[in-house]
Amino acid sequence: MNVRSPADRIFDIANYAVLTLFSLACLFPFFYVAAFSVTPYSEYLANPLKLIPSRLEFGAYQQIFDMPVIWSGYRNTILITVIGVAINITLLLMSAYPLSKTDLKGRNVILMLITFTMFFNGGLIPNFYLVKSLHLYNTLWSMILPGALTAYNLILMKNFVGAIPRDLEESAFMDGANELKVLWRIIIPLSKPAIATFVIFHAVTQWNTFFSAILYTSKRDLWPLMLILRDLVVEDGGIARDVMDSAANVSTFTVKMAVIIAATLPIIVVYPFLQRFFMKGLLVGSIKG
Amino acid sequence: MRTLTVRAGRTLDYINKKKYLYLLLLPCVVYFAVFNYMPMYGVLIAFKDFNFAKGILHSPWIGFENFRYMFGLSDFYQVFWNSLTLGLMQLVFGFPFPIILALFLNEMRSLAYQRVTQTVIYLPHFISWVIIGGIMVNFLSPSWGVVNLFLGKLGIEPIFFLAETEYFRPLVVLSSMWKEAGWGSIIYLAAIAGINSEQYEAASIDGASRMRKIWHVTLPGIKSTIIVLLILRLGQIMNNGFEQIFVLQNPMNLEVSEVFETYAYHVGIIGGRFSFGTTVGLFTSVIGLIFLLLANRVAKWMKEDGIW
Repeated sequence: MNVRSPADRIFDIANYAVLTLFSLACLFPFFYVAAFSVTPYSEYLANPLKLIPSRLEFGAYQQIFDMPVIWSGYRNTILITVIGVAINITLLLMSAYPLSKTDLKGRNVILMLITFTMFFNGGLIPNFYLVKSLHLYNTLWSMILPGALTAYNLILMKNFVGAIPRDLEESAFMDGANELKVLWRIIIPLSKPAIATFVIFHAVTQWNTFFSAILYTSKRDLWPLMLILRDLVVEDGGIARDVMDSAANVSTFTVKMAVIIAATLPIIVVYPFLQRFFMKGLLVGSIKG
Repeated sequence: MRTLTVRAGRTLDYINKKKYLYLLLLPCVVYFAVFNYMPMYGVLIAFKDFNFAKGILHSPWIGFENFRYMFGLSDFYQVFWNSLTLGLMQLVFGFPFPIILALFLNEMRSLAYQRVTQTVIYLPHFISWVIIGGIMVNFLSPSWGVVNLFLGKLGIEPIFFLAETEYFRPLVVLSSMWKEAGWGSIIYLAAIAGINSEQYEAASIDGASRMRKIWHVTLPGIKSTIIVLLILRLGQIMNNGFEQIFVLQNPMNLEVSEVFETYAYHVGIIGGRFSFGTTVGLFTSVIGLIFLLLANRVAKWMKEDGIW
């Protein structure tokens, strides 16, 4: 029964080979950037495919961490990540529990209005105008509040909470507990895997904040890391010129490679821990809102 | 009159009984009202000669003037063409790729190897477009990029990939396939996991090869998932992804890289023409909604499950 035919064997070999190649392609750019952030520039020019440097040079890292603008970038990014996640999770839990009660009056209307926001939005300028009129423009809140609660994540969370067996709640109600207590004592502890997933998703989103920073800030001291990265690596803007003008004898190219790693490293470091939280079931339940 | 008071009394009783649930829901309702429905009200800006000092309510109405102006602009047709071509290319190449990936990931015999592969191919999804764009700009640079240094060693003149218009679309499509296909395959893998294993056993008894099983069992088993995701994707056809386009855009490729999202940003925010910027945004949203509704209708007509 388990004898594999030659055709089967060829299929397997081809399958493993192609998927392994694609995996390597996913990792290679990061590995490459990391390698050349510690390689002397002359070695790069001599052989850009030589991935093992003859000696390690950390001058580029020293140079970027000497720049005050990098530290203000880290500060802003960490602030919008931590505060953003706290707000996101609080709102998700508070909202998902009542929305999971199928018999709650008005729930269906609210759910429909929430779902509608997935298919239609006001667009760039009305959002910009809203941020201006709420006086969030040029504050870190402009990168925290818009997007703090999205229909998609809320529906996922609602489905998760809705799948918690009802009898657990019922016995607590018998003992005279109210809904707040049930949420705190039963729903939240049982939702830990979902909470972990959303913490990670939202933390990554916030860490990568770029769009709202471009739209809603005009001051460099409010820039999150990604805007500084763009100025330095993509645009060759003011920060890149500061690097070139500085007397340090590290090439701009090496500094760019180093700053890419410095901005990506936190995600790469936590990434292996994320894997166990990717819940297939949670995602599938969502397809049908 | 009496029945009315009785009914009102009952409603109040009900709300009082469920007061904690409604209290918990209050911030959510306020949030969506402010951050989603206020901007929807804000689309009125498109129909007004908007002035910040006057606000939306007190700015004078101009009706469809902005739309008339927009349809008269040659820029508009260029942007429309760019968005549509790029959207279609992303659909044709980007949509099937995660499905194929999932089908073949599912065929891996070693579960450990499968898990490692999945972990690795999900990674790019978590990295920002600014970083990916930064890597691309530097790898493809004509003066110091590795691609051109390598081509130079082969005696090929440097190519400024991000400035030559013919490379822009393929680069956008390929990079978004590379970044998002792995992550996109999760949902299909989950759907495959839900297929009844008896169907595979029956196919084995019939002597079906692996490819035949993929074609006749796995693919039909995930058909409804594919259709739902295709409908949702069609609703996004005019959204090419602001961040990606924005980081890869430069004055030399603007002719092909200016799409609705960046155009609305350029005229609205940079140019300060709020009414016209809103018009462009509203036009894209409406087109997206029409595509979504049409796709859903077609799915229903073909006796498939739609999204509602």
